[in-house]
Amino acid sequence: MATPTTQHGLTEHSHGGAVVPQSSRGDRFTSYDVDAFEVPGGREEDWRFTPLKRLNGLHNGTAVASGSAGVEVNESPEVRVERVARDDKRIGEGGVPADRVSAQAWSAFTQATVVTFPKETKTSRATVVTVTGPGEGGVAFGHVQLRAEAFAEAVVVVDYRGSGTYADNLEIVALDGAKLTVVVVHDWSDDAVHVGAHLVKLGRDAGLKHTVVTIGGSVVRVSPTVTYADKGGDADLAGLYFADANQHLEHRTFVDHAVPNCRSNVVYKGALQGDGAHTVWIGDVLIRAAAEATNTYELNRNLVLTDGARADSVPNLEIETGEIEGAGHASATGRFDDEQLFYLQARGIPVDQARRLVVRGFFHEVLQKIDVPEVRDRLEAAIEAELQAVGA
Amino acid sequence: MATLEIKDLHVSVVTDDGPKEILKGVDLTIKAGETHAIMGPNGSGKSTLSYAIAGHPKYQVTSGEVLLDGENVLEMAVDERARAGIFLAMQYPVEVPGVSMSNFLRTAATAVRGEAPQVRHWVKEVKGAMTELEIDPAFAERSVNEGFSGGEKKRHEILQLALLNPKIAILDETDSGLDVDALRVVSEGVNRFRANGESGVMLITHYTRILKHITPDFVHVFAGGRIVESGGPELAAHLEDEGYVKYTGKQEAAQVG
Repeated sequence: MATPTTQHGLTEHSHGGAVVPQSSRGDRFTSYDVDAFEVPGGREEDWRFTPLKRLNGLHNGTAVASGSAGVEVNESPEVRVERVARDDKRIGEGGVPADRVSAQAWSAFTQATVVTFPKETKTSRATVVTVTGPGEGGVAFGHVQLRAEAFAEAVVVVDYRGSGTYADNLEIVALDGAKLTVVVVHDWSDDAVHVGAHLVKLGRDAGLKHTVVTIGGSVVRVSPTVTYADKGGDADLAGLYFADANQHLEHRTFVDHAVPNCRSNVVYKGALQGDGAHTVWIGDVLIRAAAEATNTYELNRNLVLTDGARADSVPNLEIETGEIEGAGHASATGRFDDEQLFYLQARGIPVDQARRLVVRGFFHEVLQKIDVPEVRDRLEAAIEAELQAVGA
Repeated sequence: MATLEIKDLHVSVVTDDGPKEILKGVDLTIKAGETHAIMGPNGSGKSTLSYAIAGHPKYQVTSGEVLLDGENVLEMAVDERARAGIFLAMQYPVEVPGVSMSNFLRTAATAVRGEAPQVRHWVKEVKGAMTELEIDPAFAERSVNEGFSGGEKKRHEILQLALLNPKIAILDETDSGLDVDALRVVSEGVNRFRANGESGVMLITHYTRILKHITPDFVHVFAGGRIVESGGPELAAHLEDEGYVKYTGKQEAAQVG
């Protein structure tokens, strides 16, 4: 569907064309201690797309907490909400930071919020965690753990909004047989800088539907990492982003298949418009030698609506065993499909409306996965507003 | 009464080696109630004619005129042409992922009719038209043309023809890729549309078999970017026997098999 531009990650390909990183993703260093990481200079593989100068010092230790972010939880009645110290034994179950900012947030947070979905219980309504930034010019670090006990079923929305500079870790722990739906919305104000890591651990037969939506903020970099503690884990990772002029929106998914019989499916879609709009999608999937019968697929699509916008898209698929069910990836970045516009116009639909239909259609696949109607409606309205803004 | 006039139409397509002239002076007038079959070998420019009238940006009109009831069609945007009453049933309908057929049909009908159809009446109208074309109602919620078979796509083109009810319908190889049943269903759809006598039809085809279902009033042989011979239905019968060899100098059947 794409009209080629000269950008990276442009060509459509199914298996075989992935960039093989110089070092295996499995060897990537992890630590809770910020000082164990080198200060990134911008040429490192995992920082080369990120505008470090715009991170307000989150990456080099000069960003010092000046305030705190508000973490409010509007929970379903069955749900337990606790504020705990960093020595709580549950903290860290989701995983270990894999980059310096994640470790910085870990080293700097003062209080964690643990939201527990009790075992063998289906919660009666969606739980909403609202994280409000420290305010313009402020810096804060945070930590939240979403914890689904065995066979719990729950839907949770994490809603980031407000101003300031913020780094955090969001742990998502789904114990055996739990079914968890997590929708994370980044609807930050224009000034906000947010670097976040999602540390996901899935127990035996646990299922996670994880959707990341990023529409607001100056720089937003989110790195969801999924690990499986036992067989039968199933992770659906969806993403939707819409970058305007001078917004940098970066998503780095990593699915680490280390045990057999697990499944993952990654679908991220983005639209870009305006000068300096920049999006990055890095999709790492590692199938370790022990992870037989793995089934994984990842897909990224970007729709560039105007000149001056840039989308980077890099799928990395490493496979260390031949005994898998399936593994594939696809990535494409393109402009409007002129044939689609012609077809719609040839049925009398004016060009502006035809463009909106195509963009809405483009996002439909991801939007329909969001089974929280209020959130879906809000996002549809937000996309509509974005499109009106350029008259696309 | 609707009239489409094509006068000395020259059309080029942009290629890597610069513009290439495909249509070299086409003259044709189609009046309401008339069905004109345009028959010709592959590469003769039949599809170019249909796309040029619909306004596809790839095709450049270098000279000539296209008038619909005296209005200059070539000055209109693609969507304006459609709203003025020109409909092109495409040989290769385009897939539009994520846009449901029902949403698409309603949006198109609203644009062409100038107002949104009343919901209750509309649902009945669509259902009726789908039933006539033997389309499973489940298609209404599927993305436009996505994953449709060739026959399903063509049925949906005729569904749009029925709902948008244009003044002039251009059917570009609507018969290609259809099995016997689908050809019958699609042809019946076209005949229902013709029955009102208020619309003109340009039926572009390579083969004669669709003309056994849709009887044309006029048959034109298209070769080398222009109409080289015109006649009545008997010309189609002649083409069935002789092929296009007379016009192209090489053997190419107008009959399947």
